Amino acid sequence: MLERAQVLHVARLARLELSEPEVERMAAELSKVLDHVEKIRELDLEGVPPTSHVIDVAGVLRADEPRPCLPVEIALEQAPEPVETPAGKGFGVPTPGPSEA
Amino acid sequence: MSELLDLPAASAAAAVRSGEIEARELFDAYRERAEQDELNAFTWVAEGPPAGGDQPDTPLGGVPLAVKDLFCTEGIPSQAGSRILEGYRPPYTATVVAKLNQAGAPLLGKTNQDEFAMGSSNENSGFGPVLNPWDRTRVPGGSSGGSAAAVAAGLAPWAIGTDTGGSIRQPAALCGIVGMKPTYGACSRYGMIAFASSLDQAGPLTRDVTDAALLLRHMVGRDTCDSTSLEFPGEIEPPSAESLQGIRLGVPEELAGSEGGVEAGVREQFDRTLKLAEELGASVEPCRLRHAPHALSAYYLIAPAEASANLARFDGVRYGLRVDGSSDLITMYNRTRSAGFGAEVKRRIMLGTYALSSGYYEAYYGTAQKVRTKISEDFRDAFEAFDFIVTPTSPWAAFELGAKTDDPLAMYLNDFCTVPMSLAGIPAISIPCGLSDGLPVGFQLAGPAFSEGRLLDAAYALESAIGFDGNAARV
Repeated sequence: MLERAQVLHVARLARLELSEPEVERMAAELSKVLDHVEKIRELDLEGVPPTSHVIDVAGVLRADEPRPCLPVEIALEQAPEPVETPAGKGFGVPTPGPSEA
Repeated sequence: MSELLDLPAASAAAAVRSGEIEARELFDAYRERAEQDELNAFTWVAEGPPAGGDQPDTPLGGVPLAVKDLFCTEGIPSQAGSRILEGYRPPYTATVVAKLNQAGAPLLGKTNQDEFAMGSSNENSGFGPVLNPWDRTRVPGGSSGGSAAAVAAGLAPWAIGTDTGGSIRQPAALCGIVGMKPTYGACSRYGMIAFASSLDQAGPLTRDVTDAALLLRHMVGRDTCDSTSLEFPGEIEPPSAESLQGIRLGVPEELAGSEGGVEAGVREQFDRTLKLAEELGASVEPCRLRHAPHALSAYYLIAPAEASANLARFDGVRYGLRVDGSSDLITMYNRTRSAGFGAEVKRRIMLGTYALSSGYYEAYYGTAQKVRTKISEDFRDAFEAFDFIVTPTSPWAAFELGAKTDDPLAMYLNDFCTVPMSLAGIPAISIPCGLSDGLPVGFQLAGPAFSEGRLLDAAYALESAIGFDGNAARV
C-alpha cells in the first residue's frame, strides 16, 4: 500500500495539486494497480535486453541545415499570456517565486 | 439520399470519380447527419468542405473523413478530449490528416475520445461520454470511441483514430466495425497529441475491410517530421482474397481462453469464426504466447511512464488552460494541471511518475521493457509456425455506462487481447464477427511487421464469409 507521504511526493514531482480526498483515493487505486503490475518482477528476465525500439531503424538523422520555423506571432497565438517586451515577443510566465524545498 | 449514405466509402469514392454522384452532395448529406449527432460522437463538425471544392479526380473522391480529436488540424479545435486544451486551435495539421486531405478526403469533423486517449470506454472524455449506437445505455469502447460510433451509426463514411494499447481495435469491436492498427512506424505520428510515443499509431476505422485498405493506403509512409516513421514496403492494394487456402492461424490459449476472462458469448462467436476460417481453407491450431498474460502489466507501466513525460508540456505557458496567473510559477503549474486534467489522466501521470522515479526505475520501467522484449520474441517464434495470430478483440461486448468506472484495474482488462500486439509493434485488425445478446463481437488478426496487405486480404475473405450486418446501428 502506497503511503500518503509517497503519494504527495509523486504528486509534487508530477506538478499536481491533489485534494485531500484525491490523495486517499489515489493511494488506494495506485496500490491496487501496482499490486497487479508488480507480478512481472517475479519473471526470470536475467540477460534479457530491454526493448528500446520495436522496429529496427537506422540512419534517421537529417542534414543539420537551418529551415524556416513557425512565425513568432503564430506560435504565440494560443498562449494564455503573450507578452511584448523591448527584447521581443514571448510567453508570459509568473515569477518563479520562492524555490521549492 | 439515404441510398447515398448507405454506400461504403470506397464505393462512394468510385461513384464520385465516375461522375455518378457529386462530392459536394455527399459531403452535405454527411454534414447534416453529423450535425444531428445524438451520440456525442463529434466535438466539432465542419461547415462545409474546404475551399478548393470538389475533388472528383482524387483517389479518395471527396468522401469526407471523421478525425479523432487528438490529431492537430490547423485552425480547428483539437482538444484531445481534455479540458486543458479546451478551444485549442493548432497552428499546423498532422501529417496523416494532411495526406488524407490531399488524397481527396476532406475533414467532416473531429470526434470525441477518452482524454489524451487514456481509456477504453470513452467515459474519460472531458466533453462527456459517447454512446454506443447499438445500445445507447452502453459504452462505444475507447479511446477512439467517437470515431467508432460515428462510423457505426453512419454519421461518417469513415474515420481515423489512434491505437496505443487497443484504442482503435477495441472500440471498432464494440461498435461492430473494422479497425486496424498498423505496424509501429507505418504512419507518421507528427501532429498527433502524444500519449505513449513508443506505442501510438494512427489507423483507419471503417465499415468494411475494403474501406480500411483504401484509407490506410493513403496514410502510410515515411515523414521527415517523425524520425520513427518508416518507408512502407510496397503499396496497400484493395483486398481480393476469396479463400484462406494454406493460411495457418494460431490461437493463443493465453489470450483466447479462460485466462483472459473471455465472455461466453464472445467465445462462441470467436469459435464460430474459426470454423468459417477452416471452411475457407485455413488451418487452425493452438499456439503459445507465454508472456502475453504479463503484457497488460508491462503496458500499464510503460504507457503511463511515457505519458507522464509527454504530458509535462501542459503547463499553462504556451497553449491551453492557465489557472491563477497571479501566483508564482510552480503554483501556477500545479493549479493549471490539477484543474485541467481529469481523474484518469492524473492517475496515469502519477503511476508513470512513480514508475520512473529514483529508486523504482529499474524495478518497474526497466523490467517492463524486458518483458516487452520477451513478448516480441514470443510473436516472432509464433510467426515461424503461423501466418496470423487470432484472438477475440475484446474479452467482452459493450458494457453499460458506469459499469467499470469505479475500478481502474477492471477497466484496464479491456485491453487484455490488444496490448500484446502494441508492445510488439506489429499490425492487427479487428473485424465484426457476430452478435452476442445483440451486441457486436470483434475478431482480431495479427501478423508480423508490415504484413498489412496480407492481413487485409485474410480479413476480407473472412468478412465475406461472416456476412456481418451492421444496419441495426445506423441512424
